Amino acid sequence: MSIKKICKEQPERFEFDVKNLEKAKKIITNYPEGKQQSAVMALLYLAQSQNENWIPLAAMKYIGKFLNIPYIKVYEVATFYTMYNLLPVGKNFIQVCTTTPCMIRGAQKIVDACKEKISNNENELSENKNCSWVEVECLGACVNGPMMQINNDYFEDLDKEKTLKILDQILKGGSPKPGSYRGRVNSEPENNRKTLLDTRNA
Amino acid sequence: MLRDEDRIFKNLYNDIGSDLNSAKKRGDWSNTKELCDKGREWIISEIKSSELRGRGGAGFPTGLKWSFAPKEVGSRPHYLVINADESEPGTCKDRDILRFEPHKLIEGCLISSYAVNAHKCYIYIRGEYFNEGQKLQKAIDEAYKSNFLGKDACGTGWDLDIYIHYGAGAYICGEETALLESLEGKKGQPRLKPPFPALIGLYGCPTIINNVETIAVVPSILRRGAKWFASLGKPKNTGTKIYCISGNVNSPCNVEEEMGIPLKDLIETHAGGVIGGWENLKAVIPGGSSMPLLPKRICDTIKMDFDSLIAEKSGLGTAGIVVINNDQDIIKCMARIARFYKHESCGQCTPCREGSGWMWRMLERMAIGEASRDEVNMLMDVTKQIEGHTICAFGEGSAWPVQGLLRHFKKEVEKRNNFNPLINTKKKIPYLIDQHLLEKKNA
Repeated sequence: MSIKKICKEQPERFEFDVKNLEKAKKIITNYPEGKQQSAVMALLYLAQSQNENWIPLAAMKYIGKFLNIPYIKVYEVATFYTMYNLLPVGKNFIQVCTTTPCMIRGAQKIVDACKEKISNNENELSENKNCSWVEVECLGACVNGPMMQINNDYFEDLDKEKTLKILDQILKGGSPKPGSYRGRVNSEPENNRKTLLDTRNA
Repeated sequence: MLRDEDRIFKNLYNDIGSDLNSAKKRGDWSNTKELCDKGREWIISEIKSSELRGRGGAGFPTGLKWSFAPKEVGSRPHYLVINADESEPGTCKDRDILRFEPHKLIEGCLISSYAVNAHKCYIYIRGEYFNEGQKLQKAIDEAYKSNFLGKDACGTGWDLDIYIHYGAGAYICGEETALLESLEGKKGQPRLKPPFPALIGLYGCPTIINNVETIAVVPSILRRGAKWFASLGKPKNTGTKIYCISGNVNSPCNVEEEMGIPLKDLIETHAGGVIGGWENLKAVIPGGSSMPLLPKRICDTIKMDFDSLIAEKSGLGTAGIVVINNDQDIIKCMARIARFYKHESCGQCTPCREGSGWMWRMLERMAIGEASRDEVNMLMDVTKQIEGHTICAFGEGSAWPVQGLLRHFKKEVEKRNNFNPLINTKKKIPYLIDQHLLEKKNA
């Protein structure tokens, strides 16, 4: 089990803005009547995106009221799942996969690159305050390992040099191109494709 | 090698495009109405005779699962839930289906929903696959626009709505009852079975839960016939499967191949061989991290299907093949997997919650040779106490890889961890104190 800590400095109020309020109402209609609790996960995502990538306690209370469920039900969901950040993270949130398939292809070097460029410790903001990194478990792109995720985008087939370049761009406020960094197409075997050649050449 | 015309996922590498028009060119949605018109019994019996087994890991016969749903809809509605919470280390096949073959999945959802009397279908996607989810949503929107979904979907007279629900980074939600809990907006902690979800599932209603790949192959099976599907592979292990080959190979990839293909062929033909040559192979995890690894001796001849792998005390699982060569430290690799399970245990059952961390700490010490001789046997003992003593299969999933390590590489572990227990040398220390707790950070 993972340990999740709550931020000590909490904003007092939280409310969905107009756009998110509309989205939230629409999400609730995805579920049968009376089962609005199902929407709690999606609403927590909305709160997270609205509040600079982390969820304050006020947002949990707000969502509890919004869905008409006890605050604790929201709190236990927010603390159970790892993708809800309960502490401030960088605007660019970098997740490095270090589980075995990535590890044996050199994920440690990606971690080193993050330590070098961003901060010595996980979950610590970079000097210019716009970046933080964390080691995570399998991100489900094993054949493209080692890889990392920056916000919603996957950066695949990395090595240390390429990672340093990506991080440099991110730190300068740029947005590097996601996808494979060895120029391969998605998950096809590099230089060794033997299947579906007709469709590729068509 | 499987012939290209027998491949189901023709757009696995996105050569053609994933939108509705390109999907139609590949044959998707061509005669969905006619297939449904043949009736529920026909669909279920066709899937049964194709001997399709679930692609999510357990390999349960899909047709049989569908037949567990009540034949008539009673007071409670039926649901179809698609498990796209792909988090097993080594597995990344569903991602490519969501990205590049979304219409196969959506069409499969329609046919399966019709077969199990469901008007609502939820697709549970892991939160990290946000972009993949957006692509699927785009495909769903396209399908709604062309009246393939919604009221009288695709002219079948059946109403179907599909919704996407994002997870939030919990591996355990890939377990079907934990997934249902999560879908209901709770912590993802598995439920006791029975009752099985086919009778009491989502919101207490009959629910059929299938993996993405399972549902995505359904339309192709019905279209080309159960006989065609059953002619591929071996009896009871029929059809094709997407294999994900990662780790120490020259060109890691996803590839669709026949069931029962020899592992060596698969690695040498499609993945460009093991780095350093076949002789440099140390071990292979054949089916995602929870399946016990196989040493080179077995890899030389093993065939990739459910039953052959079970005979070698491993399993096909999700067919996520992780190749480990001699340059890697096998104990360290397994310690990392143990750390994964320690991190992902939901904390509901004590043997798993405590045991997964205990196994990890012991393995970390074993990797650097700081465990005593008797701890090797103790580790085996711990795995046996987790296995079978938990609500869900996560207990087995965390214990089996460690058992696999000890089954095939016990000598190597013992060679590295060969000293007498400290307890024997410093007799003054009370017996119950774990020596490693006092001195080492990992203890």
